[in-house]
Amino acid sequence: MGRYLLTRLAFALVLVFVVSSAALLLTRLAPGDFATMQGVDLSVEQREQLRERLGLNRSFAAQYLSWASHAIRFDFGQSMLYSRPVGGLVKERALNTAVLAIMALLFATAIGIPLGIYSGTRSGIGRSLIRVLSVIGVSVPPLIGSLALVFLAARTGWFPVGGMTSAAGIDLTWSQWIADLARHVPLPALALAIPMAAALERLQSEAIESASRERFVAASRARGVDRARSILRHAWPVSLRPVLGLYGVMIGTLFSGSFVVEVVTSWPGLGRLMFDALKARDLFLVAGCAATGALFLAAGTLIADLLLACTDPRVRAGERA
Amino acid sequence: MIRRAGIFLAALILFSLIAPWLAPYDAGRKFDDFLHAPPMPPHLDGLAPVVHPLVLADRLEQRFEADRSRTVRLPWVQHDDATPVFLLGADDFGRDVLSRLLFGARTSIGLSLVATLGAVLIGALAGAWAGYRGGWIDEAIMRVADFVLVLPVIYVVLVLRAVLPLVLPASTVFVLVAWIFIVVGWPFVAKGVRAIVAVERGREYVQAAQSLGASPLRILVVHLIPACAGHLLVQATLLLPAFILAEATLSFIGLGFPDPVASWGTMLAGAGNYNAVARFPWTLAPAVAIFAIVLLTNLLASQQTPIRD
Repeated sequence: MGRYLLTRLAFALVLVFVVSSAALLLTRLAPGDFATMQGVDLSVEQREQLRERLGLNRSFAAQYLSWASHAIRFDFGQSMLYSRPVGGLVKERALNTAVLAIMALLFATAIGIPLGIYSGTRSGIGRSLIRVLSVIGVSVPPLIGSLALVFLAARTGWFPVGGMTSAAGIDLTWSQWIADLARHVPLPALALAIPMAAALERLQSEAIESASRERFVAASRARGVDRARSILRHAWPVSLRPVLGLYGVMIGTLFSGSFVVEVVTSWPGLGRLMFDALKARDLFLVAGCAATGALFLAAGTLIADLLLACTDPRVRAGERA
Repeated sequence: MIRRAGIFLAALILFSLIAPWLAPYDAGRKFDDFLHAPPMPPHLDGLAPVVHPLVLADRLEQRFEADRSRTVRLPWVQHDDATPVFLLGADDFGRDVLSRLLFGARTSIGLSLVATLGAVLIGALAGAWAGYRGGWIDEAIMRVADFVLVLPVIYVVLVLRAVLPLVLPASTVFVLVAWIFIVVGWPFVAKGVRAIVAVERGREYVQAAQSLGASPLRILVVHLIPACAGHLLVQATLLLPAFILAEATLSFIGLGFPDPVASWGTMLAGAGNYNAVARFPWTLAPAVAIFAIVLLTNLLASQQTPIRD
């Protein structure tokens, strides 16, 4: 197990290093730099001064080496766009994205799994209805889902639209801030959760259906265990394996989806920050965002794999042998 | 699944080709007096479908009223510029949403088809080569493919597009974005093709071709890639809606086609702010079109697993 974790950790480090370096290189190679992206109100001399001050006139090798040598000491440089250290800025925005992603996962799980268990073990109108809904749900990508929900919210006023907190959120107490956040989070989280919930429902439904045909489930019924208990205690744990496997696959979707949702609903997350940084050619901010994104990605896939290992005794036994 | 996928793809190609001819107006045609005009539902007058023409009630609020005393024929039949007919409403420049939707179909589906074709072609060649040759070539190609597959697609597209010049003419955007889509799309195709070819290359018909002196290229193109036809068609059906969505996302954030070009993404970009979504929901028509295509693809894909009821 220790060896396995070490390999995964090494992979994560390589991923973070390669992705952030590639992002830095690509942004550096891109036509135009931060100074030219500042619009027309700078004179030629002012631009040169700006380049001098930000170190943009150095060669890429020199720039890259100084960035890399600072980065391994957790100093990710200064954002040109925000005139703030990249580390703090990225941490703040990454936290926002994490809130959105975790809420979306919770929503997807809370909607998808119970519906899947229901539709996989019952027959009749409820099951057919859930099936139709989940085929529709899978077909609502976050871009379409968030636009539809923004329309719904704007028409009905059920949710506040846009941003993470209300504009007046500055002088709120801690508990008021949480309440405000709780009103803003459902819309973007739901837009992200709908296709995931539908995919979970489909898979859970199929998995539990095949698990309930196993003989130990029939045996538990024969012993006099009631139907609900035999489904939840005997069939469901077995059906979890493919379902948990899907969480690993969904992490990439979560990432791509959260970018779109952040843009549509003005959620101040990592994706929007990276987009703004890319457009402004803010080199170190792009690299910082890419590194954090890669870290999330590696951590997410690792957690998903560990979750899978924890719930499946066969995987654990294989490790020990 | 495979036959249905083929029919589906062929239908989409046909639709995107003929769609602009079905459009009642030119995609760029602006009716200055009809900014944000609402959709005009047709009804039957005798046997001919007609609509009530719109009258501007309040220019500042962009409020319109239907003139119930008059009727006009549909835009394919009448060409009176004083009474344009917007079956799906008009956008913020007074352009007909239906016409832009149809012209946009050509841009969005066309771009996605070109990219799909490219991704399938390159993915098939790379995957087949990797599977046929084995060894370090196989290893290298598949490592690259795995690396691309690990990354979230939309970020790769975003970074690759953002590091190119931001303002470009539409034709250049078309070519560049198609290439970017090919870069992120080929590994999905290559992985499956490699697996199939790695098995197929040991079969008798391949040995027969080898012993007859066929070159590796000939064996790949004539014998092995056709063996993957089913996989290629399925992958194409899955990539196409993903690319349509990616185009919409890129144009939505302003990195896709420039505004006057009608594409589903540029249409959504104009419609996507809160104010517009609430007051002029008909400008979201491309979102419905994209949803319909994704839904059709999912229905096709779900046919693959036999229904057990």
